[in-house]
Amino acid sequence: MTALLEIRDLKAEIAGKQILNGYDLTVKAGEVHAIMGPNGSGKSTLSYVLSGRPGYKITEGQALLAGADLSQMSVDERAAAGLFLAFQYPLEVPGVATMTFLRAALNAQRKKRGEEEMSSPDLIKRVKELAKILDMDMEMLRRPVNVGFSGGEKKRAETLQMMLLEPKLCILDETDSGLDIDALKVVSNGVNQLRSKDRGIVVITHYQRLLDYITPDVVHVQSAGRIVRTGGKELALELEETGYARYQSEAA
Amino acid sequence: MGNAPITPARKLTDAEARLAEIFAMQQSADAPQLAKLRTAAFDAFAKTGLPNRRDEAWKYTDLRALLRDVKPLAAPPEDSAKQSARSAAVLEGVSARRIVFVGGYFAPALSDLADMEEGLSVAPLSEALAKGDAATTAQLGQVGKVDDPAFALNTAFMGEGVVIRVGVGVCVDRPIQLVFVAGAQPATYFLRSLVIVERGARATLIESFEGETAQEYHVNAATEVVLEEGASLERLKISREGAAAMHVSTFVASLAADAQLSDFGFNLGGAVLRNQSFININGQGAHAGLRGANILKGREHADATLFLDHAAERSESKALFKSVLDDSSQAVFQGKILVRPGAQKTDARMMARTLLLSEGAQANCKPELEIFADDVQCAHGSTVGALDENLIFYLMARGIPQAEAQSLLTEAFVGEVIDIVANRSLREALTGLVSERLRTR
Ligand SMILES: Nc1ncnc2c1ncn2[C@@H]1O[C@H](COP(=O)(O)OP(=O)(O)OP(=O)(O)O)[C@@H](O)[C@H]1O
Ligand SMILES: [Mg+2]
Repeated sequence: MTALLEIRDLKAEIAGKQILNGYDLTVKAGEVHAIMGPNGSGKSTLSYVLSGRPGYKITEGQALLAGADLSQMSVDERAAAGLFLAFQYPLEVPGVATMTFLRAALNAQRKKRGEEEMSSPDLIKRVKELAKILDMDMEMLRRPVNVGFSGGEKKRAETLQMMLLEPKLCILDETDSGLDIDALKVVSNGVNQLRSKDRGIVVITHYQRLLDYITPDVVHVQSAGRIVRTGGKELALELEETGYARYQSEAA
Repeated sequence: MGNAPITPARKLTDAEARLAEIFAMQQSADAPQLAKLRTAAFDAFAKTGLPNRRDEAWKYTDLRALLRDVKPLAAPPEDSAKQSARSAAVLEGVSARRIVFVGGYFAPALSDLADMEEGLSVAPLSEALAKGDAATTAQLGQVGKVDDPAFALNTAFMGEGVVIRVGVGVCVDRPIQLVFVAGAQPATYFLRSLVIVERGARATLIESFEGETAQEYHVNAATEVVLEEGASLERLKISREGAAAMHVSTFVASLAADAQLSDFGFNLGGAVLRNQSFININGQGAHAGLRGANILKGREHADATLFLDHAAERSESKALFKSVLDDSSQAVFQGKILVRPGAQKTDARMMARTLLLSEGAQANCKPELEIFADDVQCAHGSTVGALDENLIFYLMARGIPQAEAQSLLTEAFVGEVIDIVANRSLREALTGLVSERLRTR
């Protein structure tokens, strides 16, 4: 069976500086992977390269989503093909109403996939359900996208978008950072609802705590732009004890 | 009416010579008072001739160079033009009282003058002038002191428009919409309206200018508004002129104590669009909001020139102008705030923001403050920039195609102006017009 995400010897640069140095990663449908690693090791860079952020350039290797070469797709095509990135720092979009944004996103994806668009009443109903799961006030969703949201509220909003769009592959870039203890549970619960045999989830995190709620099948350690160690969920506990020192010297 | 001599020792342009000729031929049945008004106006015009780039106020819109010839004064329109005007400038969801002018002529069959709200009167200008309505003639050109050649030309040639009076304390909820549709032939239209909102009265005025034709035509429009004590007016001007049209319009308003003016200008088409506003804040506690949005493409040029004259204490003015410029279009914003001695506690703010969608587009902003009182707050600023690439990426990462992401962000940019419109159905209609315009890029 084709893997959901297949990254082979990927090298990528930004502003002429190579950040990813031969990255290998395979995520199969139904799996949850955690990526941990020191600041600046290129975790967000990986997520941007996969989603196609302008300025990030693949110089070697490949990244395939369900067998399709991501580098051949525009950013929106990747999203319609099922890739979702929950941003480490979600952006505020002044003047664009949240509902307008959600409707445009969902229906553009559906259209591209040849599916029927979701009607406005159905959309509102669905968003209300999700807001309830994520313990978000609907009042917030009447505002422009993320405008004036606290750090934690933005992370909830990202999770809501993800749950609405039902992507095949979810990449969560430090979705836990900035969340208080209760919010961490609520958001984790939302993410866990997305776990399914057809879906892959990659959580990038610095903290073992998130993995208590979202139990990973595989844990990777990333350092200096590539994966340097892979193990089970106990690897996260070990990292908590030892830190990254040995991996950084290894990578160097 | 005599042929007024043009004093500067320079050769008249063809257009100036033609204007003098047409004016001389315009011998008509005008009442003496009106004839005097026209002659004085034409004489004032003749002193300077058409304004050019050496005139500060016309620096970026050189009318002398732009107006190469003068189209004939409009002849009465054909029936077919009237037919097609039936659906012109209809604002979705807005149940306005439509007063329609086709090719510069009042079209009674397309206009709604029936069941007038009590205390409201609306009459075609031509009717008021033909009747020799002394009150109207006395007020025309007197709302503010405006020393401007385009406005003087308008007074000299004014043909059609409306005279609106809203009586003391009367609130007219239904918007009054003036629809000016260009005719099918090349022509010059001199349109003039006078609006008196009496003490404590309130109204909403929409002025829509439309031209389907690819013909070259010229519009010189002027609207004078008197807001008496505590009166309030929301005014919207929507210009969707033809691709070869030149549109020059003057707005003059006087505000008495506690009067409220909320003015919006939307430029959604036309080769050259000039909107000049002369706002005279004469009464304490009066408030003037002046907003505008240009959405331009091709080689379109729009110029908003604003004179805000604060002559009373505790008055406020808020100006916000936004431009979305594509291709090699051009927007000009000139704003001058004058705070007269004694106009203490004036609060005047002016902001112009431009969004450049193309490298060939250009914005010129020139704010100016002249302050003769010491206890005031005045501020002005301007920004010019492109769409935020990071936001486009964020929207696209959610599956929104690039063009749609750009439209959404551009609509959001203009939306800041639309959001201020108080009338909800108007707000929605405007949002529709703007997105339609943006999506036909
Ligand atoms: N535009 C840029 N130009 C140059 N270098 C950049 C640019 N963006 C990121 N980098 C560099 O790329 C490296 C990887 O950054 P990245 O954000 O991917 O790290 P990270 O692993 O996500 O870190 P963190 O844990 O702090 O989120 C860093 O050294 C960073 O400074
Ligand atoms: Mg990061």
